[in-house]
Amino acid sequence: MGSVASFFGQLFGKEEKREEERRLRANDRHFNLSFHYVNNAIKTSKYNIFTFLPLNLFEQFRRLANAYFLFLMVLQLIPQVSSLSWFTTAVPLLLVLTMTAVKDASDDINRHKSDKQVNNRTVNVLIDGVLKKEKWMDVQVGDIIKLENNQFVTADLLLLSSSEPLNLVYVETAELDGETNLKVKQALTVTGELGDNIDALAGFHGEVHCEPPNNRLDKFKGVLTVNGQTNALDNDKVLLRGCTLRNTEWCFGLVIFGGPDTKLMQNSGKTVFKRTSIDHLMNVLVLCIFGFLASMCSILTIGNAIWETREGSVFTVFLPREPGVNAPLTSFLTFWSYVIVLNTVVPISLYVSVEIIRLGNSFYIDWDRKMYYPKSDTPAQARTTTLNEELGQIKYIFSDKTGTLTQNIMTFNKCSINGKAYGELFDFSGQRVEINEKTEKVDFSWNQLADPKFIFHDHSLVETIREGNLEAQAFFRLLALCHTVMPEEKKEGELYYQAQSPDEGALVTAARNFGFVFRSRTPETITAWEMGKQVTYELLAVLDFNNVRKRMSVIVRSPEGKLTLFCKGADTIIFERLHPSCNKLKEVTIRHLNEYAGDGLRTLALAYKDLDQSFMEEWKQRHHEASTAMEDREEKLDELYEEIEKDLMLLGATAVEDKLQDGVPQTIEQLAKADIKIWVLTGDKQETAENIGYSCNMLREEMKEIFIVSANTAEEVKEELQNARRKMCPESADEPSVIKSRAGLFWLKKTENVQDEKVDGKYALIINGHSLAFALENNLQLELLRTACMCQTVICCRVTPLQKAQVVQLVKKYKQAITLAIGDGANDVSMIKAAHIGVGISGQEGMQAVLSSDYSFAQFRYLQRLLLVHGRWSYLRMCKFLRYFFYKNFTFTFVHFWYAFFCGFSAQTVYDEWFITFYNLVYTALPVLGMSLFDQDVNDRWSFQYPQLYTPGQLNLYFSKKAFVRCMMHSCYSSLILFFIPWAAMQDTVRDDGKDIADYQSFALLAQTCLLVVVMLQLCLDTHYWTAVNQFFVWGSLAAYFAITFTINSNGMFLIFTFIFPFIGTARNSLNQPNVWLTIFLTSLLCILPVVAFRFILIQLRPTANDKLKELQQVP
Amino acid sequence: MVKEVKELVNRPDNTAYTQQRLPAWQPMLSAGIVIPGFVSIGLVFIGIGVALFVTSQSIQVLEIDYTGVEQSSPCFKCSDQTGKKCDCVMNFDIDSLFKGPVFFYYGLSNYFQNQRKYSVSIDYNQLTGDLDYFTNPDDACFPFQNDRNKPIVPCGAIANSMFNDTFQLFQLVNGQKKEVPLDGKGIAWWTDYNTKYRNPSVTPLRNAFNGTVKPPSWPQAAYELDTKDTSNNGFINQDFLVWMRTAALPDFRKLYRRITEGDYASGLPAGNYSLQIAYNYPVLSFDGRKKVVFSNVSWMGGKNEFLGIAYLVIGSLCVLMSIVMLIVYAKFKFPEED
Repeated sequence: MGSVASFFGQLFGKEEKREEERRLRANDRHFNLSFHYVNNAIKTSKYNIFTFLPLNLFEQFRRLANAYFLFLMVLQLIPQVSSLSWFTTAVPLLLVLTMTAVKDASDDINRHKSDKQVNNRTVNVLIDGVLKKEKWMDVQVGDIIKLENNQFVTADLLLLSSSEPLNLVYVETAELDGETNLKVKQALTVTGELGDNIDALAGFHGEVHCEPPNNRLDKFKGVLTVNGQTNALDNDKVLLRGCTLRNTEWCFGLVIFGGPDTKLMQNSGKTVFKRTSIDHLMNVLVLCIFGFLASMCSILTIGNAIWETREGSVFTVFLPREPGVNAPLTSFLTFWSYVIVLNTVVPISLYVSVEIIRLGNSFYIDWDRKMYYPKSDTPAQARTTTLNEELGQIKYIFSDKTGTLTQNIMTFNKCSINGKAYGELFDFSGQRVEINEKTEKVDFSWNQLADPKFIFHDHSLVETIREGNLEAQAFFRLLALCHTVMPEEKKEGELYYQAQSPDEGALVTAARNFGFVFRSRTPETITAWEMGKQVTYELLAVLDFNNVRKRMSVIVRSPEGKLTLFCKGADTIIFERLHPSCNKLKEVTIRHLNEYAGDGLRTLALAYKDLDQSFMEEWKQRHHEASTAMEDREEKLDELYEEIEKDLMLLGATAVEDKLQDGVPQTIEQLAKADIKIWVLTGDKQETAENIGYSCNMLREEMKEIFIVSANTAEEVKEELQNARRKMCPESADEPSVIKSRAGLFWLKKTENVQDEKVDGKYALIINGHSLAFALENNLQLELLRTACMCQTVICCRVTPLQKAQVVQLVKKYKQAITLAIGDGANDVSMIKAAHIGVGISGQEGMQAVLSSDYSFAQFRYLQRLLLVHGRWSYLRMCKFLRYFFYKNFTFTFVHFWYAFFCGFSAQTVYDEWFITFYNLVYTALPVLGMSLFDQDVNDRWSFQYPQLYTPGQLNLYFSKKAFVRCMMHSCYSSLILFFIPWAAMQDTVRDDGKDIADYQSFALLAQTCLLVVVMLQLCLDTHYWTAVNQFFVWGSLAAYFAITFTINSNGMFLIFTFIFPFIGTARNSLNQPNVWLTIFLTSLLCILPVVAFRFILIQLRPTANDKLKELQQVP
Repeated sequence: MVKEVKELVNRPDNTAYTQQRLPAWQPMLSAGIVIPGFVSIGLVFIGIGVALFVTSQSIQVLEIDYTGVEQSSPCFKCSDQTGKKCDCVMNFDIDSLFKGPVFFYYGLSNYFQNQRKYSVSIDYNQLTGDLDYFTNPDDACFPFQNDRNKPIVPCGAIANSMFNDTFQLFQLVNGQKKEVPLDGKGIAWWTDYNTKYRNPSVTPLRNAFNGTVKPPSWPQAAYELDTKDTSNNGFINQDFLVWMRTAALPDFRKLYRRITEGDYASGLPAGNYSLQIAYNYPVLSFDGRKKVVFSNVSWMGGKNEFLGIAYLVIGSLCVLMSIVMLIVYAKFKFPEED
C-alpha cells in the first residue's frame, strides 16, 4: 500500500523532501505554515468512495492467484480460445473478490468512523490571545492548547505549564505502550512560569528546534529557545498523542508534531508479516503446479497437432476449418484452451480456505477456558491469526526467565548490610529454621505508614534499625531515594506505589516498612519520612537505569546540605566501581550474594558516595551542557555518569524473591517429552539461573554433566565449547556437517542446515553473557550451535536483549527448525520478533511483549496446551486440508486430461460448466472446512498424556513435497478410475427403453456425479472426528448437488435462460437408470477400497504412535 | 458474588463448541470392521456381477457394417459416390427368434461429435422456435451461420451434419419381401421433444422459414423432414432430435427405429431378412464406419458386458484382499501394552 501511495504521491508531485530538522515558533502560525507541516488531522483509512474500487481491486490483483484468474478470464473472452463460458471463472473469482472487498470495506468504514470521531474531538486552542474550542483536525503545529484532566493528548506536545506544583503532569500511556502505571512529565521552569495566564501564554514566542518525526517512543531530542536562552528538551517534557492526562487539573502544551507525524501514528501499521513454513511450501507448490499445468497443456497441444493432421484435416466434411486457420495455429490456440480447462489445478479457493481455517483455529485459542487465567481475568489471545499450524511444529523454545517462568511478584526476602546477613531465622543451636506460613512475622505496627501486606520474619533487622545503626539506616535511605517509583496518596497515610518494575516496588516497600517511607516526589525533591520524621531531599540528578548501564543513581542534597550519590545496580557492575577500602566488605558481601543466588533470589548491590560541593557544581554544569547537546547526547551523558559513579562505598546487597509460576516444572517436562528443546535466556546471574534451572526441572540430578562456559576470551570460549562437545560425543568431527541446499520460490534462497549429532545421555549447558558475546561471533557461532544442540537444556545468563535475538537468529539460520520465543518484558521484544512465533506473557512488566507477540496468555503453563493441543490440532488440520484439497482438485482436473484423448484434444470439458463453477465453491467447500475445523486425531487429554504425538509436526511428516507427490499419484489413480469406468460402462449402452444414454450430456452428468461421490467418500475416510456439523455438511453438500443439478436441468431454467442451461432433462433421463447407479457405485468403491486396504495394512505393518493411541482411545 | 461475575467478563463461554468438545463419532479402520467389510462388499459385488453378466448375456445383438469398404460388400458401389442417390441391399439371417421389442440403431465410428468446435456449433434459441434467431443466428453456429448472406435454419455444424441414410427392413418369406413396420415415434427423449426443441407457432410451418436457407448438406428443408406428420416435422422431427443429442465418445450408436408393431411386436422371428439402404452419408473420407445394429434391451439397458465382468473381478479381488489383510493382521498385530 505504501508503494501505491508513494506512486500516486509522485504522480501528483506531492512527494516532499525529507524533513531534516523541525523548527517551529509558538503562536506564530504564519512562520510555522512556511514549513508546510501537516496539521493534526489523521487518516488511517485507505480508501474513499471513489478510490475504493480501483485501489482495492489493484491490491487484490497483486496476489498471484487472483491475477492468474483474471488472466484466465481474459483468455475466456477470446472466442477462438475460450473452451469454457466466462462464468466458470468469473463466478468464483467474483465471489472471492467480493468477500475480500466486503471485509476490506467494512474495515475501512470502521477506520473512517474512528478517524472522524477522533478528528472531530474538540480541544481548547489559544488563538489570537483567546481560548477557542477547535476540532482536533484543525490544530496546527505551533499552536498552544489547553488540556484538562482525563482528556486525551491531542498531538505530540511540548509541555509548557500545568496546574500541579512544579509544573508536573501525570499521564497514562496505556494506548501507547500498554503500560498502565502513571508516568510523570515536567515542564521547564521557564515555561512553567507562564501558568494559566492567557496573556502571558499568548505572548510566548519560544522557538523549538527538534528532531524530525520518528517512531521512537522513549526518545526525544530538541532545544527550546526563549529570549535567546536555550533549554534542553527531552522525553520528560513531551506529552505524546495517545496518552491520557491523569491527576492533573489542566496543562498547556505547544504542538510539535501533528496528526500523521506524531509518534503514535508513526508507530502504527508497520508490522512485519510472519509467514509460516507451510505458506512458503504452498508458494513453491503453486509454482510447481503452474509448471505442471504448462506441461500437461503442452502434451495435449502435441496431441491436438497430431489429431488435427490425421483426423481433423479429413473430418472437414462436417467441421470445415475456419479460413486462415491451419493445424499449427489450432494447436497453439488449443494450448490456451487447455490452460482454461485445466485451470482448476491452481485452486482459487485455496488461499481463502486456508485463511478461514486459520481464523477458526485462532478462535479456538481465544475461546479456550483452559488457557484463561481467572486471577487476572485474562484469556489467551491469538493476536496473529495466520501462524496456527506452525504451533504444531515447534522444535526450539527460547524462554525468558523472570515473569515467564517466575511470577515476577517480588518479595523482599533477605539482605546483607555492612557484611551482616538478615532475613534468615536460626534456632538456639544455630540451625537454620525453615520459614513457612506459621512462622512468626515481624510486627510493623510501630510504623503507621507500613504496608500491611509486607511480610518479613527476621526481627533482628528491625531491632538493628531502631537501635540506630547508621549503615542500616543508610541502606534503607538509599532504597527510599534511589528509584523511579511514583507514589500515590489518595488519603492521608494510604500510600500506593506505582513502579515500572516490580523489583523497585518491592525494595521501596521494604524501605517503607523499615521506617524509611518514600512519601512524595517532585522533579527537584524527594520527601521521605525517616523513622517518623519528615525529611526533604533536594534531587540534583537522576542517572537512569538502562540495560547497558545496569545501574541507577541519584544525587541528593540532604536538609543539612550534605551531597550524596546513591547507586544501586547489578553486583558485578557495582563491584567494579567500588573504593578500594571496601575490599573486605566486598568479599563478605559476595559470599552472601552467592548464597542468595544459590537460593534463586534476584540480587542488587547498593553503594553510596559523598560528593564535594565544588566538584558537584562543576559536574552539574557539564551535565547541563551534555543534556542540551543535539549531537551524541547519550554518549556524552554516559561519559559523565561513568565519571561520577566511581569510588563508591559499598552498603550491602538486597535479595528479592521471585516465585516460580504454577506448573512450570511439569510444563517443561511435558515439552521436553515432546522433543522440544528449551533454552532459557535470562538476564540473571549464573547462580540464580542455575538454581531456577533445577527448581523448574530443566537441570536434573540424573544428567551426566552440566557444562558451564564462562570464559573471558574468545580462545577460552572455543576451548570450553569444544571440550564439552568432545565429552558428549568423542567421535564428533571437528568441522560441523553443514548441508547446503536451496529452497523457496525459484530455489533462490540458500539454506544451511547443521546436522544434529547423536549423544548418549543427557547434558546441559550454561553459558554466561560474556562468553556468549564471543560465542556469537562469526567464527564461533557454529561451535556454539553444535554444542548447545547436543544438550538437553541450555541456559544463557546475563544476556542482553540483543543477544537474545541473536541466539534465536542463529538457531533459525542453521537449524531450519521452527522456533518459539516466550517472554513478558520489553527486553524480550527483540527475541519475540525474531522467532517464528512470539508468545507474550501478560504479567507484571507492562504490555510491550504482548503487543509485539503473536500469541499471548497469562501463565507459562498454558504454553503446553497451546503447543500440544492447539498447535498439534492446527497442524494436523491444515495438513489434512491441504492434502485433501490438492487431491480433490487434481482428481477433478485429471479427468479432463484423459477425456482429451477421446475428443480429439479439442479442450472439450468432461463436466457441465455449472458443475465446474460450483465444484469448489458450493459442492465441496463446506465439508472440507468442517473437517479442517473440527478434526481431532486424539482428544486433548491424550495429547497431554502422550507428548510424543507432537513429533510428526517437527519432522514435517504430514505435509511436504513428498506428501504432495503422493497426493498427485493418488489423484491420478482416482481420475483414471473416474474416467475409464464410466467410459467402459457407457460403451454402446442405451436406456432400458432403448433410447440414448451415451450422449455427451448424460456422460458428463455421470462423470461429475461419480467424482463428487468419490471425493466425498475420500473426505469421509480422512475425517476422524465426526461431529454433527460434519455430518450435516457432507450430507447437505450431496443434497445440494442433486438439488442444484435437477434445478439446472429443469424445464423452467431452460425456458428462462435457454443458452446457459442446455442440460435440460439430463438428470431426469439418466439418473433413473439402474446401470448409471451401478456405475457410480462401482467407481466410488474402486476409488476408495484400495485406500482403505492400503491404510489398514500400513496401520498393521508400521503403526505410528498416533494409530496405537487411537486404538487405545477406542477402548473406553 | 455479583462482583465476582463482573470481574470475569473475559472468561470464554463454556460450550462444547468453543471448548472443542463436540460429541463425535470416531470411526477406526480396525480389523473388526475392515476385514468383514471387504468380505461382504466382495460378496455383494459378486452377486451384482453375476446378475449383470447373466442379464447382459441374454441380450441379443446383431451388427451389420454397411460402410462398403470391402469390395465384397453390397454397398461398395455406393462408397465412392459423390452426392448422387445410391441404394444398396444387405441380406442377413436370424437363426432364432430375436425377442422384441427390437431396437434398430445406426452406428458411426471415428466420428467426433464431441469435438468442442463441433459440439458448440448450435443455437438453442433458434431451436426453441424463436423467430428472432431465425433471421439472426447465434455466432456459435459458425461456420454454418449464414449461407450467401442468408441465415441458415437450423444453423450450426451439428444440424448440418445430420445423418441422412434411410433404411427399410424386409423379411423374405417364401421369396416375397414382407416389410417390417418401423416405428419412428418415441425414439427421442421426452424432454427434447416437448421442451428443448419447438417449432415456431406459425402455420403453415414453411412460412416461418421465409428468408432462410436450409443447411448446405441437407437434401430438404427442416419443414420438409416429415411432411405427412406435423408432429414429427421441423425441429421436433425425432430423427433430428436423436442426432442433435451429441454423443460423448467417437464411436456411438443412435436409435433409428423401434420394431414394435404388427407381426413383429414380439420380436423378429427366425428367417432371412433384407435391409434396403439409401446410402447418402459420407464417412469414408475421414475413415469412419457406418453400421446398423438390432438389439433388444433389459432392465440394465443395452448389451454391455463390462459392468458385469468388472463387478465380478472386483468382488473377487475384495475377497482376496480380505484374506491378505487377515494374514497381515494376524502376523503383525501389535502388542497392546505399548
